[in-house]
Amino acid sequence: MNRFDFALALGDDALIAAQRLGEWTSRAPEMEEDVALANIALDQLGAARLLLTYAGELEGAGRDEDALAYLRDDREFRNCLLVELPNGDFGVTMAKLFFLAAWQLPLYTALAGCADDRLAAVGGKARKESAYHLDHAALWVKRLGDGTDESHRRMQDAVDQVWPYVHELFVADPAAPVDPATLWPAFDATVAAVLDEATLTRPATGWTPGGGRQGLHTEHLSYLLAEMQVLHRAHPGALW
Amino acid sequence: MYGNDFAPPEDGPGGGLLGEVEAAEAALREAAARARGGAPAPDEDVEAYFADVIDADQKIEPRDWMPEAYRKTLIRQIAQHAHSEIIGMQPEGNWISRAPSLKRKAILLAKVQDEAGHGLYLYAAAETLGISRDELVELLLDGRQKYSSIFNYPTLTWADVGAIGWLVDGAAIVNQVPLCRCSYGPYARAMIRVCKEESFHQRQGYEILHTLAHGTAAQKAMAQDAVDRWWYPSLAMFGPPDGDSTHSAQSMAWKIKRFSNDELRQRFVDMCVGQADVLGLTIPDPGLRWNDERQAYDYTQPDYAELMRVIKGDGPCNRERMAHRQRAHADGAWVREAAAAYAAKRVQRKEAVAL
Repeated sequence: MNRFDFALALGDDALIAAQRLGEWTSRAPEMEEDVALANIALDQLGAARLLLTYAGELEGAGRDEDALAYLRDDREFRNCLLVELPNGDFGVTMAKLFFLAAWQLPLYTALAGCADDRLAAVGGKARKESAYHLDHAALWVKRLGDGTDESHRRMQDAVDQVWPYVHELFVADPAAPVDPATLWPAFDATVAAVLDEATLTRPATGWTPGGGRQGLHTEHLSYLLAEMQVLHRAHPGALW
Repeated sequence: MYGNDFAPPEDGPGGGLLGEVEAAEAALREAAARARGGAPAPDEDVEAYFADVIDADQKIEPRDWMPEAYRKTLIRQIAQHAHSEIIGMQPEGNWISRAPSLKRKAILLAKVQDEAGHGLYLYAAAETLGISRDELVELLLDGRQKYSSIFNYPTLTWADVGAIGWLVDGAAIVNQVPLCRCSYGPYARAMIRVCKEESFHQRQGYEILHTLAHGTAAQKAMAQDAVDRWWYPSLAMFGPPDGDSTHSAQSMAWKIKRFSNDELRQRFVDMCVGQADVLGLTIPDPGLRWNDERQAYDYTQPDYAELMRVIKGDGPCNRERMAHRQRAHADGAWVREAAAAYAAKRVQRKEAVAL
């Protein structure tokens, strides 16, 4: 991936993650969690805006953050499949967030030291936020894993369901500003420690779906975009 | 030039409503500095002490004796306010996924998050009166306590998000600014914080409408349609006319309430007229005109029979709003149980280690 593809992929990850988290608004299990999920959605959206704006500049075709977010079709999106999966129950949402944050934290940390100043600035800002997301999600994985029988069963199901989608995040790309393959050891260590404390079993690796970075998505993304883009597209050229 | 920042002079002293919030905050500090010397002496008459505190514009604090009816009135009012913040997340949350730009999406997410935060600290203020948040949530879910009727109207277009900010949050601020001087300390302090954030909310709504009203013809029509639908329900937010208001007189005497429903409604109308002008939108009231004698606008009253129907449960969205809240609560039960079980295990393990 060149810098444009890379910024676009990371920006799309953050944007779609924000869109899914935003769906929780007024639906969370606790009022405090409503605040927390909105907060994390806002962080992801903030990172998405910086990355998409920069991707637009790198491309040099005059597309700004909104042109990239609202006027591309699903085949042009480069996000990983993990973030577009439906929210499921709270356990599935926490499994998604936990794996995403356990990847984004070492990613943004490495990005903060990369040669591109703009990407480094995004990394420097976003890594602090990712650390909080990881802490929040890990705590819930532990609470649910080591809570009641029902929560243990649901959390284990969630981890099993989401786990196959993490592999796409680590496909080697030595040409990218940060090679995703180098992030595996940090991710692996975090996941092992948290799942262990949560009394959860790490699933065996078998099926490893992918394709998001090439624009081959699940059936879910098109629906997500239809909702996200509907108003913007209904008024071509309007300012909001 | 948004929201109350350019409030017309008739909005009173102190540079508009936000200035009044700051003045209330200063008064609160002064009252604290006047220090009543803590609780009354053992031989002092507690009722006389309570009356003195109210008379002196000091604050009643949770430790103080208070009439049971005062406590109940406050619990009801603060809880209804808290419930309104929580239910109010729904109509606006309805547009987060479809916000037409990433900037608007971020602002709306932050706004709805603020509302959850307001709900939380209002519940905390109510808890100082000796009732738990869980009990209050139950009262909401059972339908035994109400929330503001305004949230039983649907948000049909994006412009409704703007109209809610400008009109609904605007009415809320007019209603709440005097509560910053409420005689009950924890409520007054919570309201100061809430009002400051609400003024940002009103500003964002006003800005949305301003952008739409100066956009394409379709956008302007969308904005006008939203104002047409939200104007009268916003006027109704101040409650029934003074003659029919059941709780007002006692609340005024206790300095929980400082102005009557009709006084506040008038103040809101007077504030909105100039703002609508700047927006380039029309307030849907053919009877709206300046009355030189009263130095205020004459206006058409909202349909109070409609207000009563909505309060009783027959508004367009009452059933949906309640079902949504009940479902979120029920769906989250296993998560809350897990969190409690996990916390209990941690305590047990700590005790085991300590032995």
